[in-house]
Amino acid sequence: MHFSIQNILFLLVAVAGFGLFAWQARKIRANILVGRDRDMSGHVNERLWKTLLVAFGQQKMFKRLTPAFLHLIVYIGFIVINIEVIEILIDGIFGTHRVLGFMGPLYSALTGTNEVLGALVVLAVTAFWWRRNVQGVRRFSGPEMRAWPKLDANVILYIEVVLMVALFLMNSADLKAHQLEGKDLDGAFPISQFLTGLLPDNVSSLVVLERVGWWAHIVGILLFLNYLPSSKHFHIIMAFPNVYFSRLVPQGQFSNVDSITHEVKAMMDPTYQVPTPATNPDGSAVAPTPFGAKDVNDLAWTNLLNAYSCTECGRCTSVCPANLTGKLLSPRKIIMDTRDRMEEKYNSPLVFDPALYGKEAKHDPQEQLDKENHTLLRGYVTPEELWACTTCNACVEACPVNINPLESIVEMRRFLVLEESAAPNSLNVMFSNIENNGAPWAFSPSDRFNWADDLYMAEKA
Amino acid sequence: MADLAARGETPEVLFWVGCAGAFDDRYKRVTRAFVRILEHVGVKYAVLGMEETCTGDPAKRAGNEFLFQMQAMQNITTLNGYGIKTVVTACPHCFNTIKNEYPALGGEYEVIHHSTFLQQLINQGRVKAEGGESFKGRRITFHDSCYLGRANNIYEAPRAVLEVLDADLVEMKRCKTNGLCCGAGGAQMWKEPEPGKKDINIERTEEALATLDGNAEVLGNLTGVESTAPGLPAGSNHGGSIIAVGCPFCMTMMADGVKNKEREQDVQVFDLAELIASAEGLNA
Ligand code: SF4
Ligand code: SF4
Repeated sequence: MHFSIQNILFLLVAVAGFGLFAWQARKIRANILVGRDRDMSGHVNERLWKTLLVAFGQQKMFKRLTPAFLHLIVYIGFIVINIEVIEILIDGIFGTHRVLGFMGPLYSALTGTNEVLGALVVLAVTAFWWRRNVQGVRRFSGPEMRAWPKLDANVILYIEVVLMVALFLMNSADLKAHQLEGKDLDGAFPISQFLTGLLPDNVSSLVVLERVGWWAHIVGILLFLNYLPSSKHFHIIMAFPNVYFSRLVPQGQFSNVDSITHEVKAMMDPTYQVPTPATNPDGSAVAPTPFGAKDVNDLAWTNLLNAYSCTECGRCTSVCPANLTGKLLSPRKIIMDTRDRMEEKYNSPLVFDPALYGKEAKHDPQEQLDKENHTLLRGYVTPEELWACTTCNACVEACPVNINPLESIVEMRRFLVLEESAAPNSLNVMFSNIENNGAPWAFSPSDRFNWADDLYMAEKA
Repeated sequence: MADLAARGETPEVLFWVGCAGAFDDRYKRVTRAFVRILEHVGVKYAVLGMEETCTGDPAKRAGNEFLFQMQAMQNITTLNGYGIKTVVTACPHCFNTIKNEYPALGGEYEVIHHSTFLQQLINQGRVKAEGGESFKGRRITFHDSCYLGRANNIYEAPRAVLEVLDADLVEMKRCKTNGLCCGAGGAQMWKEPEPGKKDINIERTEEALATLDGNAEVLGNLTGVESTAPGLPAGSNHGGSIIAVGCPFCMTMMADGVKNKEREQDVQVFDLAELIASAEGLNA
């Protein structure tokens, strides 16, 4: 252990890296909390179990085997290689070198696994890049995959390769320097032992190269950490709370709007006591909340959490019957729009600020809107998209991180119908049929029993 | 129901007919088939008749929460008034709404979809699918309705019902959790589809036809046993292939699709209850 200027530098870099991330995370937390309150407490065991299966266990990824397998490599690689980061942190702060080396065979197993996984990650990432850029898997395209999402997806892949290269540079230089000095290096290096031939035969250059690899690895990780909040790659963190807070009720169950329940009960029973409306601290009545959602702050906070967990994988859109048959609706776009709108209206993370990417970053709204009406609904999502949804839940079923685009769609429909009376005309006809005849079609309630008329024609005749 | 109540009796089950079951000419046949089964096995049942009104499902999915709750409260008042405990229905939309959305508004019942109900009758040996029409050598594929399947996780009951038919059951490529919507849910039934390349029911019908014709990979019996039925060439009629459904909207959409493809000659769309009724020889 020998303290040097390096340790102080490292401490500064680490504190800056984690500090910046904490600052970004706070912004995002604030964005999510602009959403409407929804009680998600309780059912802790059930929720933990679900998180274990779906988030840790990747349960829903295994609907598609090739990407599931590739993703699993990167995922396990990420977890195992991060154990090494613990060592790097300790070494960096205390000026030690390979501090975990004392574990002997266990350490060899760890470093050996790391190297093999590192190599597999490079292969998997190459395959991902191929699928995205050459093979052109359909779900990676679509009108919502604009400039930023496209770039972002590739940037992540490049960073992952750079991190792995740094790891191998560090290991192979360290290994070779030790070999030249005739010393043993703790650990096993199944891949790096073949890379040593590429390096110079000079110990002092090797020591420098080892330091370069070491610093590139840790600085790369800190930079990556701070890139996450701007990226779809944020899902590696957000998938966990998102799955934890996902719905436990049957997918077919839609929420009942409480304020409407009170209103309807009061209409049907004049003695019904409507709970007194909430008041502000100064005693004035709180302004009534609109029905449904016009903008991001009308959605529940869980819907906003969804938007930060989306990996933009397009599994939802690729199974959406409306999208499949060429309609404008894409559930992924609804989720991406929600995030973009949040970041436009409230806080944006460090790298991605929707305003910076201008028109390219957004979907062209179909109507020219003033600032006041430039909201999620109409500013980003058009009614045409919303009305194409069959509420079939295929998107909900498909999402590997339990995002529910359908909830947001229904909330916006509620706004269109209840606040703007802007339903398509044929639906208004259906509404008035239900109101007047108790059936969505224009039949008289007195005909409701007609089906029974010829039930036993044979016997009656 | 009112008659029964007047006599001071309560039924074992309340059969919720639903608007489609009451008014749609095609689905009225399903309603009758189901009633025949109920009477055949001697289940004491009742219907609300003119006291029944829309559950509010289409209003709710279209965003009209206010109208939905008006309907819901009205129905809950009626059902609670008669002390109903168990509701059975042939409509997955009614099923989903009454089962999942009524409890929070004060309507708690045991709600059973007719596929589950039929499965129970079969398991108890009360329905044997004997003595009526034989389905031997006919291909049947089941179209999962979203509000039965993904919405409520009922995948096995309709398949178990079809299994007693001695037919060749084949599975579509997109089935069970991956099933493709018929295109009518979420109040789409009452409006024109948005502009696109194709209507959803056509896409789904093409898939069903491909499966029945054997052009697509035969996915085997619904229990996983490979089907041995030869592919039915288009236009031939072995008594026809069948698209089985368990939902009035799926029925309409698939039947329209078959008509659009001009395949009514050799492909028919039937509800589970109709198939069981005719296998039991109950089609008076
Ligand atoms: S629920 Fe709506 S958005 Fe989701 S897949 Fe079905 S039609 Fe598409
Ligand atoms: S919502 Fe889910 S399925 Fe859809 S793109 Fe995002 S992560 Fe993928």
